[in-house]
Amino acid sequence: MRRPRKLGREVAVVGAGMSKFGMFKDKDSKHLFAEAFNEMLSTVDKGIDPQAIDALYLGNFTNDFFVHQGHWGPIISDLIGLTPRPATRTEGACASSALALREGVFAVASGFYDVVLVGGVEEMSKRNTEEVTQGLAMAAIPYEVKAGFTFPGVFGATATAYFARYGANREHLMNVTIKSHNNARLNPKAQFNLSIRDIMNQRIERARNRGEPVPDWKDEKEFLRDPRTNPVVAWPMHLYDCCPISDGASCVLLVAGEMAREFSDVPLYVIGIGQGSGKGLHAKEDLTCFEATRYAAQEAYELSGLRPEDIQIAEVHDCFSIAEILHLEDLGFFKPGEGYTAVEEGLTRLDGAKPINTSGGLKCKGHPVGATGTGQLVEIWKQLRGEAGERQVPIKNLRIGAAHNLGGTGGTCTFTILERR
Amino acid sequence: MEERLFNDISYELFLSEDKLMGSRCRKCGVLFVPPRPICIKCYDGEMEWVEMKGKGKLAAFTCIAIGPPLMMKEGYDRKHPYVAGVVELEEGARVVARIEGVDGNKPETIRIGTPLQVEFLHRGEADDLVTFLAFRP
Repeated sequence: MRRPRKLGREVAVVGAGMSKFGMFKDKDSKHLFAEAFNEMLSTVDKGIDPQAIDALYLGNFTNDFFVHQGHWGPIISDLIGLTPRPATRTEGACASSALALREGVFAVASGFYDVVLVGGVEEMSKRNTEEVTQGLAMAAIPYEVKAGFTFPGVFGATATAYFARYGANREHLMNVTIKSHNNARLNPKAQFNLSIRDIMNQRIERARNRGEPVPDWKDEKEFLRDPRTNPVVAWPMHLYDCCPISDGASCVLLVAGEMAREFSDVPLYVIGIGQGSGKGLHAKEDLTCFEATRYAAQEAYELSGLRPEDIQIAEVHDCFSIAEILHLEDLGFFKPGEGYTAVEEGLTRLDGAKPINTSGGLKCKGHPVGATGTGQLVEIWKQLRGEAGERQVPIKNLRIGAAHNLGGTGGTCTFTILERR
Repeated sequence: MEERLFNDISYELFLSEDKLMGSRCRKCGVLFVPPRPICIKCYDGEMEWVEMKGKGKLAAFTCIAIGPPLMMKEGYDRKHPYVAGVVELEEGARVVARIEGVDGNKPETIRIGTPLQVEFLHRGEADDLVTFLAFRP
């Protein structure tokens, strides 16, 4: 019906960096972006003069509301000395920096620019939980907000529909959480770089030191079943099903494919890029999938000529545990209704057949919303270049990695495939 | 009533009058709740208002312990969660609504597929009057 998508010319990633993600009283958006930018510069194998950057695309969602400051493009452009070159802010809720990436890719592929910086920043922790919950809900659907839905609420309702349809239950969601924590334990940039077992041991130690009753959880699932340690946020989403409130920044440097080797010994080529939009809960044909993800994936697969089984590792948008399971299905990695059993069987673990969220995911690495999209690419960059340290996946001939980013309650979804040649 | 514009302002006004209304395309007959100003099936029709019977069944739900300030003001908190859900109407369309008459502290007792009846919750006074769409078993 429509002609196949294509890029005007190849685009490559030649540098990638992120700040530490976490809650920082002493760091603001500018500081966080400077951290990410400095790390990015250090990853360009052959070096880059920042003055060679033609333009900046910057994702940010909530700073207007949380720190009462908008118009972040020029602020960050000035921070890193890019003025008077253009700076454009992109907003797609939690997918804001994935949209920055897409705009950057199109700008280079069109031939207009050769070197473009894309990234994102978010500063969320200076507000309390209720205010953050309300702020994020600005990206939900108005009818949902009025009915009292929060972000965790929308995903909680999605989970009840999924459970009823496929026979999954809360215990299956715990497998996602345990895996994410195990991965994040190996990621020094993660907000929570502790396994569930580490957290249990800490609590036991603390109780002992204080002379309080020592908890006797026999395993991680018993810890997660304990309402004192894992209270309900929006049933069946509990505290450990939800990503945290985070501050952070990330960025990647894009150049025209033909210039990639001038900057990098191991550039990664953007071979697939897709984006979709989706409806609210009331209008979705199917409550147990995200049409925007399916569309974005189809677009990226088509452009790359790849199939889901060709993706060797992926970062997916696990804002809530149930979301990771749905994305595994929507991206075609597993059949509908089989995502939760795949996780249970360990297929998505670091040493599994299809490692997912090796960074610890949004759940443990952290989710400074506007920084997440390009932050996911930082992990794929490290993995594909064999620089992920202790959490390097043991896949031989690792070549293809992908990142899936979701905004709002599924209103904006993107899928990006990178290739090492 | 027939002259109201097909938008969310009219939808809210109808709710305040205890009516759950949708828009139906006069050309192709497809129904939208809440109303849409444009038929996204045939792109050709004019809309007409249709009142829902107010009967449906629960398609998805959540019991929210950490809610926005609006809900906290109504007395809900971590110990008293409220329930929000997706309701499939008898007419086929789905709406999102508050779910009343179920225990947010006992989610295991709330069943997908439970038959529900519409209810209109009027809150606030005078200029701040607002009506929330709700359903209860």
